[in-house]
Amino acid sequence: MSPLIETRGMTLAQGGTPVLRHVDFAINAGEIVTIVGPNGSGKSTLLKGLIGALTPVSGTVTRAPDLSIGYVPQSLHIDPTLPLTVQRFMNLPRRSKPQAVAEALRHAGLPDLGSAQMSELSGGQFQRVLLARALLMRPNLLILDEATQGLDQPGSAAFYRQIEEVRADLGCAVLMVSHDLHVVMAASDRVLCVNGHICCEGTPEVVRDAPEYRALFGSGTQGALALYRHEHNHDHGHDHHDHEGHTHAG
Amino acid sequence: MLDDFALRAALAGIGVALAAAPLGCFVVWRRMAYFGDATSHAALLGVALALTFQGPVLLGVLVVALLMALAVSTLSGRGLGEDTLLGVMAHAALALGLVAVSLLQGVRVDLMAYLFGDILAVTKSDLALIWSGAVLVIALLTWRWTALLSATLNPDLARASGINPRREQLVLTLTLAITVACAIKVVGALLIAALLIIPAAAARPLARTPEAMAAIAAGIGAFSALGGLGASFQWDTPTGPSIVSVAAGAFVLTSLLRSAIKARR
Repeated sequence: MSPLIETRGMTLAQGGTPVLRHVDFAINAGEIVTIVGPNGSGKSTLLKGLIGALTPVSGTVTRAPDLSIGYVPQSLHIDPTLPLTVQRFMNLPRRSKPQAVAEALRHAGLPDLGSAQMSELSGGQFQRVLLARALLMRPNLLILDEATQGLDQPGSAAFYRQIEEVRADLGCAVLMVSHDLHVVMAASDRVLCVNGHICCEGTPEVVRDAPEYRALFGSGTQGALALYRHEHNHDHGHDHHDHEGHTHAG
Repeated sequence: MLDDFALRAALAGIGVALAAAPLGCFVVWRRMAYFGDATSHAALLGVALALTFQGPVLLGVLVVALLMALAVSTLSGRGLGEDTLLGVMAHAALALGLVAVSLLQGVRVDLMAYLFGDILAVTKSDLALIWSGAVLVIALLTWRWTALLSATLNPDLARASGINPRREQLVLTLTLAITVACAIKVVGALLIAALLIIPAAAARPLARTPEAMAAIAAGIGAFSALGGLGASFQWDTPTGPSIVSVAAGAFVLTSLLRSAIKARR
């Protein structure tokens, strides 16, 4: 099976300065891949190259013909002069059936917010609307750029759990930039450690133990790669106990 | 029927207002107010060039406005801050236009008519051009509406859905140039940007969706055109500035309305 997106020797520049060099990367259908790296390491640049917002200065990007991307940006600033209801936002850029939108909002736990203005939402509600919109087109690749930024720990845990459900549901591949290095989904098939180039990659455990990773983030508790594990065998009932379900490794 | 100059003026004003309203919404949402200024101020240079080469004024305006809009959208995002760059371009274009007009030999140019508009002198053929332009602008914006809206909201989000934000920017650039060319006779080069921005800004407090904002802006724009014309007949004031004044009045009203509604909650 050919990958959804594949890059060979992709070099990306921002404002004339190369930010990310010689990236060989591929993501296959159904895979979960997490990108970690320090600030300014080129994580978001990599995503921009993959979705086509940046044209590589050298190298190639190949996208599968049936590729359909659901993109959840790091943050979305909506200009206060632009009136936008949740309902209208969900129908950008393509209109969906009203029932489909209502169903997506219900699934995201926001059944009554269709007529609310986007600017009236809380941070957590906003993120969930972004995710619901991205899923409406039933993408085969879901891309999340630090999607849990601004969410507290229970909020992030709930968000990650939702991503797992989504993948189980849709069977889509998931590519995400981790919000912080301390929480990476243990469900990741691969972790990519990025710092101007891809410095190491592999299963979460392999990356955690890689010398390149240790060199970047240290080996003490501060640099530890903690694995978020969602315990499926019991239910805590509500979000506030969710962080107890994490296993902090490293 | 179109022999009545007042009727022609009213129709010209409404035509420009209808095209300017939805375009003006994008100008406001994308924070391109100076972009409108730069393009419309360049119109004067277009007038001078058209008179020099004895071509149709509207064509000169259209070409120069388009070149200006293209130059601005190409240059923006490199080096200088966008507002600085646009400020330089807008005023340089206006100054160059004034200088160029003064250099024209043997042609008497009614400068005031191009700076502030001369809606009462609109001819039947002007009217046909204005309405063709307005219909073209509205058709282009309607056709690209959703893509434009997505690109305005967030370029990356649009990109991920297969929309090219730069192409959508070009659509806006083109419609802006057409609107400027149509509006110069109605409100003049100095006040075209006002006709773009003020009705859209006045509509904002009353709207909950982008489409509603564009529709309300069109209503406010058309009302301002008629109100301004009426006021201009009544008190013998310059028509273009009168139209803009009525629009400004609408802006104050809707802003007060919003404050009142907020205070009630």
